[in-house]
Amino acid sequence: MSKATIFRTMAVSSPQDLIFGTAPKPVTCGTGLVIGGGTVFPEVNFTLPTMNIDSSTWPEVVAHYEEMATNIFKRAVAMNVPGIVLEFEQLPQQTQKPEWGAEITALLERHVKENYEKYGLKSAIRCTPADIRGPAGVKGVKPVMRHGELWDQLNRSFDLCIAAGADLMSIESIGGKEIHDEGLMYGDVRATVFGIAVLSCRDMNWLWSQIVDKCEKSGHTVPAGDTACGFANTSMVLAYQKLLPDVFAAVDRAMAGARTLKAVENGAKGPSKDCGYENPIVKAVSGIPISQEGKSATCAHFSHVGNISASMCDLWSNESVQNIRLLSGNAPEAYTELLAYDVRLMNIANSHKQGHILQSWMVESDKNNSAIGAILTPESVFAIGKAIVAQETDYARTVAAGQAAIDIIQTAVDSKQLTKGKKELQWLEKLHKEFAALPKDENELAEEITSTMGHLYEPESYGMKVAVGAAK
Amino acid sequence: MTDLKQLNKAIVDGDAKKAVEVTKAALAEGTKPLDLIQNHMIPAMDEVGKLFEQEEYFVPELLLSGRAMRGAFDLIRPLMKAQGIQPTGRVAIGSVQGDLHDIGKNLVAAMLEGAGFEVFDLGADVKPEAFVETVKSQNCNFVAMSAMLTVTMPKMLTTIEALKAAGLRDKVKVMVGGAPISLAYCHQIGADAFSDSASGAAVLAKEIAAGNKQFAEKGEKTLAGLAKGAK
Repeated sequence: MSKATIFRTMAVSSPQDLIFGTAPKPVTCGTGLVIGGGTVFPEVNFTLPTMNIDSSTWPEVVAHYEEMATNIFKRAVAMNVPGIVLEFEQLPQQTQKPEWGAEITALLERHVKENYEKYGLKSAIRCTPADIRGPAGVKGVKPVMRHGELWDQLNRSFDLCIAAGADLMSIESIGGKEIHDEGLMYGDVRATVFGIAVLSCRDMNWLWSQIVDKCEKSGHTVPAGDTACGFANTSMVLAYQKLLPDVFAAVDRAMAGARTLKAVENGAKGPSKDCGYENPIVKAVSGIPISQEGKSATCAHFSHVGNISASMCDLWSNESVQNIRLLSGNAPEAYTELLAYDVRLMNIANSHKQGHILQSWMVESDKNNSAIGAILTPESVFAIGKAIVAQETDYARTVAAGQAAIDIIQTAVDSKQLTKGKKELQWLEKLHKEFAALPKDENELAEEITSTMGHLYEPESYGMKVAVGAAK
Repeated sequence: MTDLKQLNKAIVDGDAKKAVEVTKAALAEGTKPLDLIQNHMIPAMDEVGKLFEQEEYFVPELLLSGRAMRGAFDLIRPLMKAQGIQPTGRVAIGSVQGDLHDIGKNLVAAMLEGAGFEVFDLGADVKPEAFVETVKSQNCNFVAMSAMLTVTMPKMLTTIEALKAAGLRDKVKVMVGGAPISLAYCHQIGADAFSDSASGAAVLAKEIAAGNKQFAEKGEKTLAGLAKGAK
């Protein structure tokens, strides 16, 4: 079993060391693709159009993936990309029936090999099984994370996809989401903190130690990393729609940095997953390469931070696009070209030793438009990272990340760089007070939240025999 | 006498404890349940809805108000049933089979409750037969379905077909929503209504409930109808 480590120092010595294309600890994967070694590569993520997935439609599903892979590689070759990653983000049915996920993984790996042999194109497949555990959101059912049929299916999906040749292994894990969601929805800061700082960190430790173990035994699959998609992307997207305070979502994003770092502390090597907008914090602390999405992911969702999210990336992604016909061609192929142009610009800037100039424009364009932007500058993620490594426990590190974000936002507001309305400022004040009042001991918070929300989560799913005083 | 403006304020402020306290006191003093609902609770939630629409309230404030309303309403519901008073409508709501996304669905459920509907929230990953069973057992006149994935959208049609097969399709209005859903898709699958927002869904449901002659002809009184002076 892999042994977890805790980062006590930063992988970079200053914010200036954070730049797109270069990571202190590059990763080699697939057909010799070096990620974080000085070049930014596109990472194309693609999915099915509107259709049922069942045994009767499976041949059609396979045909879609065959078409998408063919078109993506065709465009990658035409655009002369320096390398490319394809992410196969599984739909729940493809994880529930692990053979299906493995079949598509093998199909994609065939394209990787063919394009390497024919064109010398270096590429890799990121395989991301769906975190089907729980089940989540089912009325009256507490999610079960560590055993049962759903975990067995997910566990087997990792095994079969590794056996099918997956180059990179990722997941968008959801442990703790049942409490975190409730916290977000009711503006309950303590529940939100408990969900991400206690439950999610515990689940990350449990889950990633196993994923890393499987990947290391395979000898070819790199344990890449996680994302707090189910946590901070939920709050970010709701904030973008003005349904949640932007300042709350920004603090949630910073906490997600400590949480997503847990995958690396358990042995993940990167590139961490594209939709983890907290990844620059993970890169600053651990040195692993990261994938990011932003302005070229509007096919999947909108955001405030489309440029700044590119400023420290090593892979640049479109998040997800359906295989539908556009005027130019099918959408996955079109987005391959879009990403190829994006990364070409970044790589040209770096080749002229002007990457930091382009980066500064990316940062400046977004940093004062939202609190989330304000906490994602190289200086901010460095400060948040330092706050994390200064603490001992997962709980304390996550809370410290949130507090650092509050301080960054307050400074931006006080200096009038960031303009926030009355309601947002009331929430910022609330966050100050709530964080100051958080208990030092996570068991105290566990006892409190279990007394009010114990009907929503199962302590045993997080290795807590009882929520009060027995957390290990 | 209890100052019933406190009930309105407690709901707008999202103070569930106070809302329950005032409602208990008012009922003990003999205030009619319908008076509490028509003149205080629904107007309070209307105000909350406006504050939400005007971006003065975020989701947490909206849901806390909904929770306060629900706390008060739980005290009143048995009395209403005893008097044969019906809610605005009865809704079976859920994210369709295979879809685990539930935040948007939860918002719609809260808005519908705030609009006076009795909501039966089936959660996420809801099988068509579960919708059918709930419509039957709870005598629902609305089915509200959410889907966030292109590969779960077809389950909306499957659910509508299940309602047809059970002979229930004509008894319910089917509402659909979720990121990949459009009005065109709503029409394509034979659903009755589509909304791209939670507050829009509640407004739509209220309009349908108020204007649906089928239910009026059956003599079912709706709260919305009563609020407008209908008998």
